Amino acid sequence: MTTQTVYIGSGAGFAGDRIDAGLPVVETLARRDGPRYLIFEVMGERTLAIAQRIKMRNPELGYSPYLEPYLRGVLKPAKDAGVRIVANLGNANPLGGARKTLEIAKELGIEGLRVAVVLGDDLLGFMTAEDVAGLPTIEGVTIQGKEIVAANAYLGARPVAEALTLGTDVVLVGRTTDAALVLGPLIHEFGWTEDDWDRLAAGTLAGHLLECGGQVTGGYFCDPGFKDVPGMDELGFPIGEIGADGSLVITKAENTGGLVTKATVTEQILYEMHDPAAYLTPDVALDVTGVTLADDGKDRVRVLGAKGHPPPEMLKVTVSADGGWLGEAELTYAGPNALARANLAADIVRKRLASRGVTDPVRVEIVGAGAAFDNDASDRQRGTNMPLDGEYRLRAAVRTDDKATAQYVNDEVLSLFCSGPAGGGGYRCSITGQVNTASVLVPRGPVEAQAKAEEVTA
Amino acid sequence: MTDTLTLPLHAVAHGRAGDKGNRSNISVVAYVPDAFAHLCEQVTEQKVLDLFRHKGATNVTRYVLPNLNALNFVIDDALEGGVNSALTQDLHGKTLSFLLLGEIEVTVPASCVPAGSRYLAD
Repeated sequence: MTTQTVYIGSGAGFAGDRIDAGLPVVETLARRDGPRYLIFEVMGERTLAIAQRIKMRNPELGYSPYLEPYLRGVLKPAKDAGVRIVANLGNANPLGGARKTLEIAKELGIEGLRVAVVLGDDLLGFMTAEDVAGLPTIEGVTIQGKEIVAANAYLGARPVAEALTLGTDVVLVGRTTDAALVLGPLIHEFGWTEDDWDRLAAGTLAGHLLECGGQVTGGYFCDPGFKDVPGMDELGFPIGEIGADGSLVITKAENTGGLVTKATVTEQILYEMHDPAAYLTPDVALDVTGVTLADDGKDRVRVLGAKGHPPPEMLKVTVSADGGWLGEAELTYAGPNALARANLAADIVRKRLASRGVTDPVRVEIVGAGAAFDNDASDRQRGTNMPLDGEYRLRAAVRTDDKATAQYVNDEVLSLFCSGPAGGGGYRCSITGQVNTASVLVPRGPVEAQAKAEEVTA
Repeated sequence: MTDTLTLPLHAVAHGRAGDKGNRSNISVVAYVPDAFAHLCEQVTEQKVLDLFRHKGATNVTRYVLPNLNALNFVIDDALEGGVNSALTQDLHGKTLSFLLLGEIEVTVPASCVPAGSRYLAD
Protein backbone atom coordinates (compact mmCIF):
# COMPACT_ATOMS: atom_id res chain seq x y z
CA MET A 1 0.00 0.00 0.00
CA THR A 2 1.34 3.41 -0.85
CA THR A 3 1.49 5.99 1.88
CA GLN A 4 -1.30 8.57 1.61
CA THR A 5 -0.67 10.95 4.50
CA VAL A 6 2.21 11.48 6.90
CA TYR A 7 1.43 13.11 10.25
CA ILE A 8 4.18 15.15 11.90
CA GLY A 9 3.66 16.88 15.23
CA SER A 10 5.86 19.25 17.21
CA GLY A 11 6.75 18.74 20.87
CA ALA A 12 8.98 21.81 21.30
CA GLY A 13 9.94 24.87 19.27
CA PHE A 14 12.87 26.03 21.37
CA ALA A 15 14.93 24.92 24.36
CA GLY A 16 12.70 26.18 27.12
CA ASP A 17 9.38 25.33 25.53
CA ARG A 18 6.69 23.72 27.69
CA ILE A 19 7.88 20.32 28.88
CA ASP A 20 4.41 18.75 28.65
CA ALA A 21 3.26 20.13 25.27
CA GLY A 22 4.33 17.01 23.37
CA LEU A 23 2.07 14.55 25.18
CA PRO A 24 -1.29 15.73 23.71
CA VAL A 25 0.41 15.67 20.30
CA VAL A 26 1.44 12.03 20.78
CA GLU A 27 -2.06 11.17 22.09
CA THR A 28 -3.59 12.73 18.97
CA LEU A 29 -1.12 11.00 16.65
CA ALA A 30 -1.93 7.69 18.38
CA ARG A 31 -5.48 8.04 17.01
CA ARG A 32 -4.24 8.41 13.39
CA ASP A 33 -3.20 5.71 10.94
CA GLY A 34 -0.08 5.76 8.82
CA PRO A 35 3.41 7.08 9.41
CA ARG A 36 3.54 9.47 12.37
CA TYR A 37 6.40 11.54 13.78
CA LEU A 38 7.08 13.88 16.68
CA ILE A 39 9.81 16.48 16.34
CA PHE A 40 11.65 18.55 18.95
CA GLU A 41 13.49 21.65 17.71
CA VAL A 42 15.65 23.02 20.52
CA MET A 43 18.68 24.66 18.91
CA GLY A 44 19.45 28.35 18.57
CA GLU A 45 22.59 29.86 17.11
CA ARG A 46 24.38 29.79 20.46
CA THR A 47 23.31 26.33 21.54
CA LEU A 48 26.30 24.47 20.12
CA ALA A 49 28.90 26.71 21.70
CA ILE A 50 27.31 26.23 25.11
CA ALA A 51 26.98 22.49 24.53
CA GLN A 52 30.62 22.21 23.38
CA ARG A 53 31.78 23.84 26.61
CA ILE A 54 29.74 21.35 28.63
CA LYS A 55 31.16 18.48 26.57
CA MET A 56 34.72 19.72 27.18
CA ARG A 57 34.14 19.36 30.92
CA ASN A 58 32.42 15.97 30.56
CA PRO A 59 32.77 14.10 27.24
CA GLU A 60 29.58 12.11 27.85
CA LEU A 61 27.50 15.35 28.04
CA GLY A 62 26.96 18.08 25.47
CA TYR A 63 23.59 16.79 24.30
CA SER A 64 20.65 19.07 25.08
CA PRO A 65 19.94 19.53 28.79
CA TYR A 66 16.30 19.30 27.67
CA LEU A 67 16.72 15.80 26.21
CA GLU A 68 15.79 14.07 29.42
CA PRO A 69 12.74 16.16 30.41
CA TYR A 70 11.29 16.21 26.89
CA LEU A 71 11.84 12.53 26.10
CA ARG A 72 10.85 11.25 29.52
CA GLY A 73 7.34 12.63 28.97
CA VAL A 74 6.67 11.03 25.58
CA LEU A 75 9.03 8.10 25.04
CA LYS A 76 6.70 5.37 26.25
CA PRO A 77 3.42 6.57 24.69
CA ALA A 78 5.24 7.32 21.43
CA LYS A 79 6.84 3.88 21.32
CA ASP A 80 3.50 2.21 22.18
CA ALA A 81 1.71 4.10 19.39
CA GLY A 82 4.49 3.72 16.81
CA VAL A 83 5.18 7.46 16.70
CA ARG A 84 8.82 8.00 15.71
CA ILE A 85 10.78 10.88 17.25
CA VAL A 86 13.13 13.13 15.27
CA ALA A 87 14.88 15.77 17.35
CA ASN A 88 17.95 17.98 17.39
CA LEU A 89 18.35 17.16 21.09
CA GLY A 90 21.76 15.74 20.18
CA ASN A 91 23.31 19.22 20.14
CA ALA A 92 27.10 18.81 20.32
CA ASN A 93 26.95 15.13 21.29
CA PRO A 94 24.26 13.07 19.53
CA LEU A 95 26.07 9.85 20.52
CA GLY A 96 25.98 10.76 24.21
CA GLY A 97 22.35 11.81 23.80
CA ALA A 98 21.52 8.46 22.23
CA ARG A 99 23.12 6.56 25.12
CA LYS A 100 21.17 8.73 27.59
CA THR A 101 17.95 8.02 25.66
CA LEU A 102 18.56 4.26 25.90
CA GLU A 103 19.19 4.67 29.62
CA ILE A 104 15.90 6.55 30.07
CA ALA A 105 14.06 3.86 28.08
CA LYS A 106 15.50 1.18 30.35
CA GLU A 107 14.44 3.12 33.44
CA LEU A 108 10.92 3.51 32.07
CA GLY A 109 10.74 -0.18 31.24
CA ILE A 110 10.44 0.37 27.48
CA GLU A 111 11.41 -2.79 25.65
CA GLY A 112 13.54 -2.72 22.52
CA LEU A 113 13.74 1.04 21.93
CA ARG A 114 16.17 1.79 19.09
CA VAL A 115 18.01 5.08 18.58
CA ALA A 116 20.00 6.46 15.64
CA VAL A 117 22.10 9.59 15.26
CA VAL A 118 23.18 11.87 12.44
CA LEU A 119 26.83 12.89 12.59
CA GLY A 120 29.06 15.14 10.52
CA ASP A 121 27.86 18.69 11.12
CA ASP A 122 30.91 19.52 13.27
CA LEU A 123 33.47 21.14 10.95
CA LEU A 124 36.18 20.94 13.60
CA GLY A 125 35.94 17.17 13.21
CA PHE A 126 37.70 17.40 9.86
CA MET A 127 38.90 21.00 9.40
CA THR A 128 41.41 23.03 11.37
CA ALA A 129 40.29 26.12 13.26
CA GLU A 130 42.51 28.20 10.94
CA ASP A 131 40.71 26.86 7.87
CA VAL A 132 37.33 27.58 9.47
CA ALA A 133 38.44 31.13 10.36
CA GLY A 134 39.33 31.65 6.70
CA LEU A 135 35.84 30.87 5.38
CA PRO A 136 33.89 33.84 3.97
CA THR A 137 31.69 35.56 6.60
CA ILE A 138 28.16 36.57 5.59
CA GLU A 139 26.88 37.78 8.95
CA GLY A 140 27.94 38.46 12.52
CA VAL A 141 31.20 39.22 14.28
CA THR A 142 34.70 38.78 12.88
CA ILE A 143 36.07 35.44 13.97
CA GLN A 144 39.70 35.99 12.95
CA GLY A 145 41.99 36.01 15.96
CA LYS A 146 39.40 34.57 18.33
CA GLU A 147 39.37 31.08 19.75
CA ILE A 148 36.64 29.12 17.99
CA VAL A 149 34.40 27.23 20.39
CA ALA A 150 32.16 25.57 17.80
CA ALA A 151 31.73 25.49 14.02
CA ASN A 152 28.80 23.50 12.67
CA ALA A 153 27.31 23.30 9.20
CA TYR A 154 23.58 23.19 8.69
CA LEU A 155 22.99 19.75 7.20
CA GLY A 156 19.89 19.17 5.12
CA ALA A 157 17.18 16.52 5.26
CA ARG A 158 18.99 13.71 3.38
CA PRO A 159 21.02 12.42 6.36
CA VAL A 160 17.86 12.55 8.50
CA ALA A 161 16.03 10.42 5.91
CA GLU A 162 19.02 8.06 5.81
CA ALA A 163 18.84 7.66 9.59
CA LEU A 164 15.16 6.77 9.34
CA THR A 165 15.94 3.92 6.93
CA LEU A 166 17.73 2.25 9.86
CA GLY A 167 14.28 1.68 11.34
CA THR A 168 14.93 3.21 14.74
CA ASP A 169 12.30 4.72 17.03
CA VAL A 170 14.31 7.86 17.72
CA VAL A 171 16.68 9.90 15.55
CA LEU A 172 18.89 12.46 17.29
CA VAL A 173 20.74 15.06 15.27
CA GLY A 174 23.03 17.97 16.04
CA ARG A 175 23.02 20.85 13.58
CA THR A 176 20.66 20.43 10.66
CA THR A 177 18.22 22.96 9.31
CA ASP A 178 15.17 23.06 11.54
CA ALA A 179 12.99 22.16 8.55
CA ALA A 180 15.07 18.99 7.97
CA LEU A 181 13.43 17.46 11.05
CA VAL A 182 10.20 17.43 9.00
CA LEU A 183 11.50 17.12 5.45
CA GLY A 184 13.68 14.14 6.42
CA PRO A 185 10.69 11.97 7.40
CA LEU A 186 8.81 13.07 4.25
CA ILE A 187 11.70 12.14 1.97
CA HIS A 188 11.92 8.82 3.80
CA GLU A 189 8.19 8.07 3.48
CA PHE A 190 7.53 9.38 -0.02
CA GLY A 191 10.90 8.84 -1.69
CA TRP A 192 11.00 12.39 -3.04
CA THR A 193 14.00 12.74 -5.34
CA GLU A 194 16.74 15.34 -5.04
CA ASP A 195 15.37 17.46 -7.87
CA ASP A 196 11.67 17.22 -7.01
CA TRP A 197 11.85 20.91 -6.16
CA ASP A 198 8.17 21.69 -5.58
CA ARG A 199 7.61 18.74 -3.24
CA LEU A 200 10.85 19.44 -1.38
CA ALA A 201 9.63 23.03 -1.10
CA ALA A 202 6.26 21.91 0.30
CA GLY A 203 8.02 19.71 2.85
CA THR A 204 10.37 22.54 3.78
CA LEU A 205 7.42 24.89 4.25
CA ALA A 206 5.76 22.24 6.44
CA GLY A 207 8.96 22.16 8.50
CA HIS A 208 9.15 25.94 8.68
CA LEU A 209 5.55 26.06 9.96
CA LEU A 210 5.99 23.27 12.53
CA GLU A 211 9.49 23.95 13.83
CA CYS A 212 8.48 26.73 16.23
CA GLY A 213 5.82 24.66 17.98
CA GLY A 214 3.05 26.83 19.41
CA GLN A 215 3.97 29.84 17.29
CA VAL A 216 1.62 28.53 14.58
CA THR A 217 -1.20 27.67 17.01
CA GLY A 218 -1.67 31.03 18.72
CA GLY A 219 1.56 31.47 20.66
CA TYR A 220 3.58 34.65 19.98
CA PHE A 221 0.33 35.73 18.27
CA CYS A 222 -2.41 36.52 20.79
CA ASP A 223 -3.18 40.24 21.19
CA PRO A 224 -6.23 40.43 23.46
CA GLY A 225 -9.16 42.23 21.87
CA PHE A 226 -7.48 42.06 18.46
CA LYS A 227 -6.23 38.50 18.01
CA ASP A 228 -7.82 36.45 20.77
CA VAL A 229 -6.62 32.92 21.42
CA PRO A 230 -8.56 30.53 23.69
CA GLY A 231 -6.88 28.33 26.27
CA MET A 232 -3.31 29.58 26.02
CA ASP A 233 -2.54 27.93 29.36
CA GLU A 234 -2.99 24.59 27.57
CA LEU A 235 -1.77 25.72 24.13
CA GLY A 236 -2.04 22.85 21.65
CA PHE A 237 1.07 22.19 19.61
CA PRO A 238 0.83 21.77 15.84
CA ILE A 239 0.46 18.74 13.63
CA GLY A 240 1.09 18.79 9.90
CA GLU A 241 -0.70 16.40 7.58
CA ILE A 242 1.35 16.01 4.43
CA GLY A 243 0.45 14.11 1.28
CA ALA A 244 2.73 12.45 -1.26
CA ASP A 245 1.94 15.25 -3.72
CA GLY A 246 3.15 17.86 -1.21
CA SER A 247 -0.33 18.84 -0.04
CA LEU A 248 -0.25 20.26 3.47
CA VAL A 249 -2.75 20.88 6.24
CA ILE A 250 -1.71 22.51 9.50
CA THR A 251 -3.80 21.52 12.51
CA LYS A 252 -3.10 20.89 16.21
CA ALA A 253 -3.36 18.42 19.06
CA GLU A 254 -6.89 17.52 20.14
CA ASN A 255 -8.35 18.57 23.50
CA THR A 256 -6.00 21.54 23.84
CA GLY A 257 -6.18 25.33 23.69
CA GLY A 258 -4.86 27.57 20.98
CA LEU A 259 -6.09 27.85 17.41
CA VAL A 260 -5.00 27.41 13.81
CA THR A 261 -6.27 30.08 11.42
CA LYS A 262 -5.10 31.67 8.21
CA ALA A 263 -3.78 34.53 10.37
CA THR A 264 -1.65 32.30 12.63
CA VAL A 265 -0.26 30.47 9.61
CA THR A 266 0.47 33.68 7.70
CA GLU A 267 2.49 35.11 10.58
CA GLN A 268 4.51 31.93 10.88
CA ILE A 269 5.15 31.65 7.13
CA LEU A 270 6.90 35.01 7.27
CA TYR A 271 8.64 34.42 10.61
CA GLU A 272 12.41 34.84 10.19
CA MET A 273 11.94 34.92 6.44
CA HIS A 274 13.80 37.45 4.36
CA ASP A 275 13.24 37.17 0.60
CA PRO A 276 9.99 35.16 0.35
CA ALA A 277 11.02 34.00 -3.13
CA ALA A 278 14.26 32.46 -1.85
CA TYR A 279 14.22 30.88 1.60
CA LEU A 280 17.49 29.00 1.29
CA THR A 281 18.14 25.53 2.69
CA PRO A 282 20.61 22.82 1.64
CA ASP A 283 17.69 20.87 0.15
CA VAL A 284 15.82 23.49 -1.85
CA ALA A 285 15.30 27.21 -2.28
CA LEU A 286 11.71 27.70 -1.10
CA ASP A 287 9.50 30.29 -2.80
CA VAL A 288 6.35 31.18 -0.83
CA THR A 289 5.25 34.09 -3.03
CA GLY A 290 2.59 31.91 -4.66
CA VAL A 291 1.36 30.31 -1.44
CA THR A 292 -2.36 30.54 -0.70
CA LEU A 293 -4.24 29.45 2.41
CA ALA A 294 -7.69 27.90 2.67
CA ASP A 295 -9.84 27.09 5.70
CA ASP A 296 -10.31 23.34 6.00
CA GLY A 297 -12.53 23.11 9.08
CA LYS A 298 -12.01 24.14 12.68
CA ASP A 299 -8.31 24.56 13.49
CA ARG A 300 -7.35 23.28 10.05
CA VAL A 301 -5.66 25.39 7.37
CA ARG A 302 -4.65 24.06 3.97
CA VAL A 303 -1.38 25.48 2.62
CA LEU A 304 -1.03 25.43 -1.17
CA GLY A 305 1.39 26.59 -3.81
CA ALA A 306 4.93 26.30 -2.41
CA LYS A 307 7.47 26.38 -5.23
CA GLY A 308 11.02 25.11 -5.16
CA HIS A 309 14.26 25.92 -6.96
CA PRO A 310 17.74 24.38 -6.76
CA PRO A 311 19.56 25.12 -3.47
CA PRO A 312 22.80 27.09 -3.11
CA GLU A 313 26.17 25.43 -3.71
CA MET A 314 27.43 26.45 -0.28
CA LEU A 315 26.26 25.42 3.18
CA LYS A 316 25.76 27.87 6.01
CA VAL A 317 27.95 27.35 9.06
CA THR A 318 27.55 28.96 12.47
CA VAL A 319 30.93 29.68 14.03
CA SER A 320 31.02 30.57 17.72
CA ALA A 321 33.64 32.31 19.83
CA ASP A 322 33.79 33.58 23.38
CA GLY A 323 31.76 36.79 23.76
CA GLY A 324 32.86 38.06 27.16
CA TRP A 325 30.32 39.01 29.83
CA LEU A 326 26.95 40.73 29.99
CA GLY A 327 26.26 42.43 33.31
CA GLU A 328 22.73 43.63 34.06
CA ALA A 329 21.25 45.27 37.16
CA GLU A 330 17.83 46.73 37.89
CA LEU A 331 16.12 48.82 40.58
CA THR A 332 12.46 49.94 40.79
CA TYR A 333 10.99 53.36 41.63
CA ALA A 334 7.23 53.57 42.15
CA GLY A 335 4.49 56.03 43.02
CA PRO A 336 4.52 59.85 42.99
CA ASN A 337 7.42 61.38 41.03
CA ALA A 338 8.85 57.92 40.29
CA LEU A 339 10.11 58.88 36.82
CA ALA A 340 12.06 61.85 38.17
CA ARG A 341 13.68 59.63 40.78
CA ALA A 342 14.48 56.92 38.21
CA ASN A 343 15.97 59.48 35.83
CA LEU A 344 18.14 60.90 38.60
CA ALA A 345 19.29 57.38 39.45
CA ALA A 346 20.21 56.84 35.81
CA ASP A 347 22.19 60.09 35.70
CA ILE A 348 24.07 59.14 38.87
CA VAL A 349 25.05 55.76 37.45
CA ARG A 350 26.12 57.25 34.11
CA LYS A 351 28.28 59.89 35.82
CA ARG A 352 29.94 57.44 38.17
CA LEU A 353 30.71 54.90 35.44
CA ALA A 354 32.25 57.66 33.30
CA SER A 355 34.27 59.19 36.13
CA ARG A 356 35.47 55.79 37.34
CA GLY A 357 36.82 54.92 33.90
CA VAL A 358 34.40 52.30 32.59
CA THR A 359 34.99 52.39 28.84
CA ASP A 360 33.10 49.24 27.81
CA PRO A 361 29.72 49.76 26.11
CA VAL A 362 27.13 50.62 28.77
CA ARG A 363 23.40 51.24 28.55
CA VAL A 364 21.49 52.91 31.37
CA GLU A 365 17.76 53.19 30.77
CA ILE A 366 14.33 53.36 32.37
CA VAL A 367 12.13 50.32 31.81
CA GLY A 368 8.54 51.53 31.62
CA ALA A 369 9.53 54.73 29.82
CA GLY A 370 9.94 53.14 26.39
CA ALA A 371 13.25 51.33 26.86
CA ALA A 372 12.52 48.37 24.58
CA PHE A 373 11.98 50.62 21.56
CA ASP A 374 14.89 52.93 22.42
CA ASN A 375 18.63 52.90 21.75
CA ASP A 376 21.66 53.00 24.07
CA ALA A 377 21.48 56.80 24.25
CA SER A 378 17.74 56.76 25.18
CA ASP A 379 17.09 59.17 22.28
CA ARG A 380 13.41 58.26 21.97
CA GLN A 381 12.60 58.70 25.65
CA ARG A 382 13.77 62.30 25.53
CA GLY A 383 11.06 63.03 22.97
CA THR A 384 8.22 61.54 25.00
CA ASN A 385 6.11 62.83 27.85
CA MET A 386 5.81 59.87 30.17
CA PRO A 387 3.85 60.48 33.39
CA LEU A 388 6.05 61.38 36.35
CA ASP A 389 3.91 59.22 38.65
CA GLY A 390 3.90 55.49 38.04
CA GLU A 391 6.28 52.57 38.25
CA TYR A 392 9.65 52.63 36.53
CA ARG A 393 12.65 50.36 36.66
CA LEU A 394 16.21 51.58 36.27
CA ARG A 395 18.31 49.15 34.24
CA ALA A 396 22.05 49.22 33.60
CA ALA A 397 23.76 46.83 31.21
CA VAL A 398 27.40 46.40 30.17
CA ARG A 399 29.28 44.13 27.81
CA THR A 400 32.88 43.54 28.75
CA ASP A 401 35.69 41.01 28.50
CA ASP A 402 36.46 41.68 32.17
CA LYS A 403 34.06 40.04 34.58
CA ALA A 404 35.11 42.44 37.36
CA THR A 405 33.87 45.37 35.27
CA ALA A 406 30.47 43.71 34.95
CA GLN A 407 30.41 43.26 38.71
CA TYR A 408 31.42 46.90 39.21
CA VAL A 409 28.58 48.21 37.01
CA ASN A 410 26.08 46.07 38.89
CA ASP A 411 27.47 47.26 42.21
CA GLU A 412 26.94 50.90 41.17
CA VAL A 413 23.23 50.16 40.79
CA LEU A 414 23.19 48.30 44.11
CA SER A 415 24.79 51.27 45.88
CA LEU A 416 21.75 53.40 44.97
CA PHE A 417 19.92 51.67 47.81
CA CYS A 418 21.62 53.95 50.36
CA SER A 419 23.23 56.64 48.20
CA GLY A 420 20.62 57.21 45.51
CA PRO A 421 17.15 58.78 45.23
CA ALA A 422 14.36 57.94 47.67
CA GLY A 423 12.39 54.73 47.52
CA GLY A 424 14.52 52.53 45.24
CA GLY A 425 13.78 48.84 45.79
CA GLY A 426 13.74 45.42 44.20
CA TYR A 427 17.40 45.16 43.15
CA ARG A 428 18.20 42.22 40.89
CA CYS A 429 21.38 41.55 38.95
CA SER A 430 23.06 38.97 36.78
CA ILE A 431 26.39 38.39 35.06
CA THR A 432 26.21 35.92 32.20
CA GLY A 433 28.89 34.53 29.90
CA GLN A 434 28.26 35.41 26.26
CA VAL A 435 28.85 33.68 22.94
CA ASN A 436 29.55 35.54 19.73
CA THR A 437 28.58 33.98 16.43
CA ALA A 438 29.23 34.49 12.76
CA SER A 439 27.66 32.82 9.76
CA VAL A 440 30.15 31.61 7.18
CA LEU A 441 29.85 29.56 4.01
CA VAL A 442 31.52 26.25 3.23
CA PRO A 443 31.42 24.17 0.01
CA ARG A 444 28.83 21.44 0.49
CA GLY A 445 30.72 18.52 -1.06
CA PRO A 446 33.31 17.81 1.65
CA VAL A 447 30.79 18.36 4.46
CA GLU A 448 28.13 16.12 2.96
CA ALA A 449 30.75 13.43 2.40
CA GLN A 450 31.27 13.40 6.17
CA ALA A 451 27.59 13.30 7.10
CA LYS A 452 26.40 9.88 8.16
CA ALA A 453 23.68 8.11 10.11
CA GLU A 454 24.23 5.22 12.47
CA GLU A 455 22.37 3.28 15.12
CA VAL A 456 23.66 3.51 18.68
CA THR A 457 23.46 0.59 21.06
CA ALA A 458 24.00 0.57 24.79
CA MET B 1 -19.16 59.17 1.47
CA THR B 2 -17.20 56.48 3.24
CA ASP B 3 -15.70 57.58 6.52
CA THR B 4 -11.92 57.59 6.48
CA LEU B 5 -9.92 57.28 9.67
CA THR B 6 -6.30 57.96 10.52
CA LEU B 7 -5.18 55.29 12.95
CA PRO B 8 -2.11 53.42 14.11
CA LEU B 9 -1.28 50.51 11.82
CA HIS B 10 -2.21 48.27 14.77
CA ALA B 11 -5.88 49.01 14.04
CA VAL B 12 -5.78 47.44 10.59
CA ALA B 13 -2.88 44.97 10.60
CA HIS B 14 -1.06 42.44 12.73
CA GLY B 15 2.52 41.27 12.48
CA ARG B 16 5.42 39.32 13.91
CA ALA B 17 9.11 40.08 14.34
CA GLY B 18 11.96 37.66 13.77
CA ASP B 19 15.73 38.06 13.81
CA LYS B 20 18.80 36.77 12.04
CA GLY B 21 22.00 38.32 13.28
CA ASN B 22 21.61 42.09 13.22
CA ARG B 23 18.72 41.98 10.77
CA SER B 24 15.08 42.10 11.80
CA ASN B 25 12.13 41.04 9.70
CA ILE B 26 8.64 42.19 10.54
CA SER B 27 5.51 41.00 8.78
CA VAL B 28 2.50 43.26 8.42
CA VAL B 29 -0.74 41.43 7.64
CA ALA B 30 -4.07 43.13 6.90
CA TYR B 31 -6.99 41.97 9.04
CA VAL B 32 -9.44 42.92 6.28
CA PRO B 33 -8.39 42.13 2.69
CA ASP B 34 -9.61 45.56 1.49
CA ALA B 35 -7.01 47.20 3.72
CA PHE B 36 -4.11 45.59 1.89
CA ALA B 37 -3.95 48.07 -0.99
CA HIS B 38 -3.84 50.94 1.51
CA LEU B 39 -0.97 49.26 3.35
CA CYS B 40 0.94 48.83 0.10
CA GLU B 41 0.48 52.48 -0.68
CA GLN B 42 1.16 53.94 2.75
CA VAL B 43 3.54 51.64 4.65
CA THR B 44 6.68 52.38 2.70
CA GLU B 45 10.29 51.30 3.05
CA GLN B 46 11.21 54.90 3.81
CA LYS B 47 8.73 55.21 6.70
CA VAL B 48 9.99 51.99 8.25
CA LEU B 49 13.63 53.01 7.80
CA ASP B 50 12.94 56.37 9.47
CA LEU B 51 11.29 54.57 12.40
CA PHE B 52 14.26 52.27 13.02
CA ARG B 53 17.13 54.63 12.20
CA HIS B 54 17.81 55.45 15.87
CA LYS B 55 18.50 51.73 16.39
CA GLY B 56 21.08 51.82 13.61
CA ALA B 57 18.97 50.62 10.68
CA THR B 58 20.70 51.20 7.35
CA ASN B 59 18.31 49.74 4.78
CA VAL B 60 14.78 48.40 4.48
CA THR B 61 13.54 46.01 1.82
CA ARG B 62 9.79 45.48 1.51
CA TYR B 63 8.41 42.28 -0.01
CA VAL B 64 4.77 42.22 -1.12
CA LEU B 65 2.71 39.03 -0.76
CA PRO B 66 -0.73 39.74 -2.22
CA ASN B 67 -1.95 36.14 -1.75
CA LEU B 68 -1.47 36.52 1.99
CA ASN B 69 -2.49 40.21 2.24
CA ALA B 70 0.92 40.64 3.79
CA LEU B 71 4.05 42.76 3.58
CA ASN B 72 7.42 41.55 4.82
CA PHE B 73 9.91 44.21 5.93
CA VAL B 74 13.55 43.22 6.17
CA ILE B 75 15.39 45.85 8.20
CA ASP B 76 19.18 45.71 8.03
CA ASP B 77 21.21 46.59 11.16
CA ALA B 78 18.04 47.19 13.20
CA LEU B 79 19.02 45.22 16.29
CA GLU B 80 21.92 47.25 17.74
CA GLY B 81 24.19 44.32 16.95
CA GLY B 82 21.66 41.65 17.86
CA VAL B 83 22.49 38.86 20.27
CA ASN B 84 26.21 39.38 19.66
CA SER B 85 26.48 42.88 21.03
CA ALA B 86 23.19 44.64 21.85
CA LEU B 87 22.68 46.00 25.36
CA THR B 88 18.91 46.29 25.14
CA GLN B 89 16.77 43.83 27.11
CA ASP B 90 15.23 42.42 23.94
CA LEU B 91 18.29 41.14 22.10
CA HIS B 92 16.20 39.43 19.40
CA GLY B 93 13.93 42.40 18.74
CA LYS B 94 10.85 40.32 19.50
CA THR B 95 8.96 43.42 20.69
CA LEU B 96 9.66 45.48 17.59
CA SER B 97 6.61 44.45 15.57
CA PHE B 98 4.64 46.57 18.01
CA LEU B 99 6.93 49.57 17.49
CA LEU B 100 6.03 49.40 13.82
CA LEU B 101 2.32 48.73 14.43
CA GLY B 102 2.09 51.48 17.03
CA GLU B 103 4.06 54.29 15.43
CA ILE B 104 3.16 54.12 11.76
CA GLU B 105 -0.21 55.68 10.98
CA VAL B 106 -2.47 54.89 8.05
CA THR B 107 -5.52 56.60 6.65
CA VAL B 108 -8.14 54.06 5.60
CA PRO B 109 -11.89 53.70 5.12
CA ALA B 110 -13.59 52.61 8.34
CA SER B 111 -14.49 49.35 6.60
CA CYS B 112 -10.78 48.39 6.74
CA VAL B 113 -10.91 48.19 10.53
CA PRO B 114 -12.28 44.88 11.90
CA ALA B 115 -15.80 45.16 13.30
CA GLY B 116 -15.83 45.61 17.06
CA SER B 117 -12.28 47.03 17.19
CA ARG B 118 -11.71 49.42 20.07
CA TYR B 119 -10.24 51.86 17.55
CA LEU B 120 -13.77 52.29 16.14
CA ALA B 121 -15.20 52.96 19.59
CA ASP B 122 -12.72 55.77 20.33
